[in-house]
Amino acid sequence: MTWLADNWRTVLDLALSHLYLAGIPLVVGLLVSLPLGWAAKRWSRSYPALITTTGLLYTIPSLALFVLMPGVLGTKILDPVNVVVAMTVYTVALLVRTVADGLRAVPDHIEQAATAMGYRGLRRLLGVELPLAVPVIAAGLRVAAVSNVSIVSVASLLGVSQLGDLLVDGYNRVIWGELVTGILACVTLALLLDLVIVTGSRVLTPWLRVQGGRA
Amino acid sequence: MIRFDAVTKQFPGGTVAVEDLSLTAPTGRITVLVGPSGCGKTTSLRMVNRMIQPTRGSITLDGQDTSRMNEAQLRRGMGYVIQHGGLFPHRTVLDNIGTVPRLLGWDRTRIRARSNELLERVGLAPELGERYPAQLSGGQQQRVGVARALAADPPVMLMDEPFSAVDPVVREQLQDEFLRLQGELGKTILFVTHDIDEAIKLGDQVAVLRVGGRLAQVAEPAYLLAHPADDFVADFVGRDRGYRALQFQETPRLPLRSEPTIVLGEQPTEPYAGWLLVVDDDRRPVGWVEPHRIGTRTVSTGDLHRGGTVATEHGSLRAALDAALSSPSGRGVIVDASGSLCGTVEAHEVLTAIEGTRRPERRGSPA
Repeated sequence: MTWLADNWRTVLDLALSHLYLAGIPLVVGLLVSLPLGWAAKRWSRSYPALITTTGLLYTIPSLALFVLMPGVLGTKILDPVNVVVAMTVYTVALLVRTVADGLRAVPDHIEQAATAMGYRGLRRLLGVELPLAVPVIAAGLRVAAVSNVSIVSVASLLGVSQLGDLLVDGYNRVIWGELVTGILACVTLALLLDLVIVTGSRVLTPWLRVQGGRA
Repeated sequence: MIRFDAVTKQFPGGTVAVEDLSLTAPTGRITVLVGPSGCGKTTSLRMVNRMIQPTRGSITLDGQDTSRMNEAQLRRGMGYVIQHGGLFPHRTVLDNIGTVPRLLGWDRTRIRARSNELLERVGLAPELGERYPAQLSGGQQQRVGVARALAADPPVMLMDEPFSAVDPVVREQLQDEFLRLQGELGKTILFVTHDIDEAIKLGDQVAVLRVGGRLAQVAEPAYLLAHPADDFVADFVGRDRGYRALQFQETPRLPLRSEPTIVLGEQPTEPYAGWLLVVDDDRRPVGWVEPHRIGTRTVSTGDLHRGGTVATEHGSLRAALDAALSSPSGRGVIVDASGSLCGTVEAHEVLTAIEGTRRPERRGSPA
């Protein structure tokens, strides 16, 4: 505790950059996954290919991906953008399936009603399908958020600072206070992101909270 | 007017859902497509708004070939009601009703006003407008479904088994109100059901389809009951078609007898053998009672025998006969339009009246 009391400014700074490195990819990854997931649902033949390909991205070791990024993007090795892009790749890997499955779970009779009313294209996606897929997508987003917070710490090995620095430094110099603080800060951050997603999902789905409400 | 001209639908894989269907649904009338499952009735309906494309043949709307029309515009010009209402669970009742006007780009206040108007029109309380579909009963959801289909005042309504998911009592209410609404609106309606009773009750014209999507017969309900074109139609229309045909015959003047009554909450004044009719303060029949079973007590609602049905004075012969047959006293209760007692009639008197009304049926054409 004394360690935290002495270093809370550093911890706060690291937590903020950790939040940035894990959070921005979450938002960008979701925006990228929406059209991909929609395509996987729209053209059912593309579903297995899209889901498998994006899913496989998740199996690339994070360290390898971080190291690869400068080569792909032409960035400097210490540039945080490398981490942001790599984390976005992981987010997409997790979310494309979620988005596709969420959209596919919209009941058939509602899809047909939408068709019969003359809904089509983007308006149909934004007006009918996406709102109904929110609970499923939010569930996937929660997994991605926790996964991002945990994977981002590896970026310390490349010299991009965030809470992972506390783990590496605490381990190397055997400072228990620093090590425990790093772990607790990561957990707190993950819980915080989770809370934001759950709250957002609740705000977006008022109809599920009424008596007898269901998706 | 919706016109099917030699329409065939063959699905990939070879199943023929509809075969060589030619049929006209006249403007302002209800045309019911009825048949067992697999007869292609829903497929036929969905070919009208092009949710399914015909393999051969054409469908015209007031003489215009629907295959040349813009798909979304065609659909927005047709009300569509399905089983369970097909309501959007994430939208409030008012927002559900306003769906098509919103797609058509009406302004907000106009949509609001129209949605509220329709809510009232289908018999729902204004406070239900802010609820979500999951908070409504099945019958209420179905009403919202009808309101939503009517929102942009389309000349054509497509209805796919809209009342089959609700219980029989609610279904009958919905059917009655649907007929009342249609009386006011005069839409061109194509209505799909598997229930022949519903078809006969609602249809101005009933088209019976057989499995494989071939039209077996199209005729007015009374004609269909009296002259089934073949064994399939006869079978499908059912055994008691003679009795059911009575619902299309208006009751002629029946020899009504005046009936001794007792007002609910009063006690019998004199000994009375057999059944005594109980009425409320406005002389509306509420049930029958056996005076010897209550002695000198006052008649309470718990004493009532409610088995008997009630027929209206100018209703159908079927209702009059049913009132007589279902009455514990054997005397069928006949009321006037406001529901107060006119008198009673016995079954044999109704039968005599039926014999007296035998006349040539209205014409219909076998397919």
